[in-house]
Amino acid sequence: MSVSSTSPALNRALLLSPVVLTLLALIAIPLGIMGYISLLPRNVYGGVDWQANWQLQSYVQLFFQEGFDGELELNWVYAQALLRSVFQAGGTTLLCFLFGFPVALWMSSLTPRRRNLMVLLITIPFWTNLLIRNYAWLIILREHGWVAQSLNALFPQAGGITLLYNDFAVSVGLVYSFLPFMILPIYSTLEKLDWRLVEAAYDLGANRWHALKRIILPLSMPGVIAGALLVFVPSLGAFITPAILGGGKTLMIGNLIQQQFGTARNWPLGSSLSFLLLGILLLSLVLYALYSRSAAKTLRRGATV
Amino acid sequence: MIALHLKKLPLTREVSLLILAYLYVPIFVLIAYSFNANRSATVWTEFSFAWYGRILANPSIQTAALNSIIVASIATVCATAIALLAALATYRPFYGQKMVEGGINLPLILPEIVTAVATLLLFMALGIKLGLLTVIVAHIGFCIPFAYLPIRARLNDLDKSLLEAANDLYANPWQVFRRVTLPLLWPAVLSGSVLAFVVSLDDFIMTFFVAGPGSTTLPVYIFSAIKAGVTPEINAISTLMLVISIVLVVLAFWLGQRGKQQ
Repeated sequence: MSVSSTSPALNRALLLSPVVLTLLALIAIPLGIMGYISLLPRNVYGGVDWQANWQLQSYVQLFFQEGFDGELELNWVYAQALLRSVFQAGGTTLLCFLFGFPVALWMSSLTPRRRNLMVLLITIPFWTNLLIRNYAWLIILREHGWVAQSLNALFPQAGGITLLYNDFAVSVGLVYSFLPFMILPIYSTLEKLDWRLVEAAYDLGANRWHALKRIILPLSMPGVIAGALLVFVPSLGAFITPAILGGGKTLMIGNLIQQQFGTARNWPLGSSLSFLLLGILLLSLVLYALYSRSAAKTLRRGATV
Repeated sequence: MIALHLKKLPLTREVSLLILAYLYVPIFVLIAYSFNANRSATVWTEFSFAWYGRILANPSIQTAALNSIIVASIATVCATAIALLAALATYRPFYGQKMVEGGINLPLILPEIVTAVATLLLFMALGIKLGLLTVIVAHIGFCIPFAYLPIRARLNDLDKSLLEAANDLYANPWQVFRRVTLPLLWPAVLSGSVLAFVVSLDDFIMTFFVAGPGSTTLPVYIFSAIKAGVTPEINAISTLMLVISIVLVVLAFWLGQRGKQQ
């Protein structure tokens, strides 16, 4: 072997070259091609007209359509799906926080052995097939399933409750899919929390609710925000859940993108939709970075006071 | 040490148990239905292995399962090798380290639908015919971070004095790697490769876009079957996939714990 210890930089470059090449070939170049295609017009046969000049038509198409007289008018189809995605993702994040926080809190109060077991139990669903887990909800929620039937037997005046193929079903599926991403980061901040502060609060006469609101919640904020990002991002780009539980009626951006590469065969529009999604994602990442920087600053200030 | 009772807050236990039920009841419902003899799948008649016999004899499921295993095995080996080399390069600080690590984790952050579509466009632009090979290549990309993270974490915890001792005893870098680093890293390498295998085996979105006509994998097969309606056969094949993933992940977790204890 000619691995020499004389040049660590060269060694490092050699060791890194496979991963860098793979990332370039499978992420950077594909995204570049997608950006290029989003600037081209659609081919008459579906696909792309590679010879045409660059234009912004596919981005204009996201919000406008050409009317009969050739003027641009607002087109709500994509904006609606965009709004639905943002609302669904936001709602999912909020619900995951409401459900996940008590779980993380409880986990941090267990003995180390049981904590490890709980971490494993929370992690396992994440590693199982997302498609199959959503399909399991399809079985539970479907029209003649026992949940829908018993609900309708209990509330006959509601006039036939349907649980499937609506925003509710998508919400259930999204929370189910991404809840572990909220629980684990909160748990890891709570695990490192200095519980003496909580003890001090109790000594000073705070009740449990006050200790939770004034001490535990503010100190676990970094975990909550990280969890929110980890839930919001995949919910926004969700494809499987709306495809299975939304039943084609409640479309999200992910489904629109897929349609452009399937039946609609409009690659430029599919590409511009993808970049719209990436744009929102980038925005939330920037907000997260700003938050963590200011949080670090507050911590430093707190330490010097 | 703070007494544990101070950390206990009312209702958190009850909520947690409900959430655990929420996470696991659907999985158990699916498993239970896969053993139901009744085809309509809404009424429970009697316990039966019939659907498992059916799926094992179904030639399109056999092909899809074989494709899944081929793809996951090759993608895992390639991704783990790339990830191991990358981890060896990144565990000591250097200029640009953050950027490289960020890049490696990129597949975890990017929405899979976007990566999938972009990868499809890459193959289209290059004129590459979609098939098993395109699926394997695409899977390597998102398997890398799953193999990388456990190896990297283990390298961090590694007792550096062992490597220095080997150096002092005139081992060349290759010998240090072969005789010291690799054996110490081995549990993490195995654990990372098991995780990569699971992720590849379970992947649906990427495969859905870059698979050709003959290269359907099990998740893609299941998706098209679901679109046609709920059947006991889907329940059975889904249960098999769930059990395989859970067994493998528990194995990876156990390997990780063992690595820590060494």
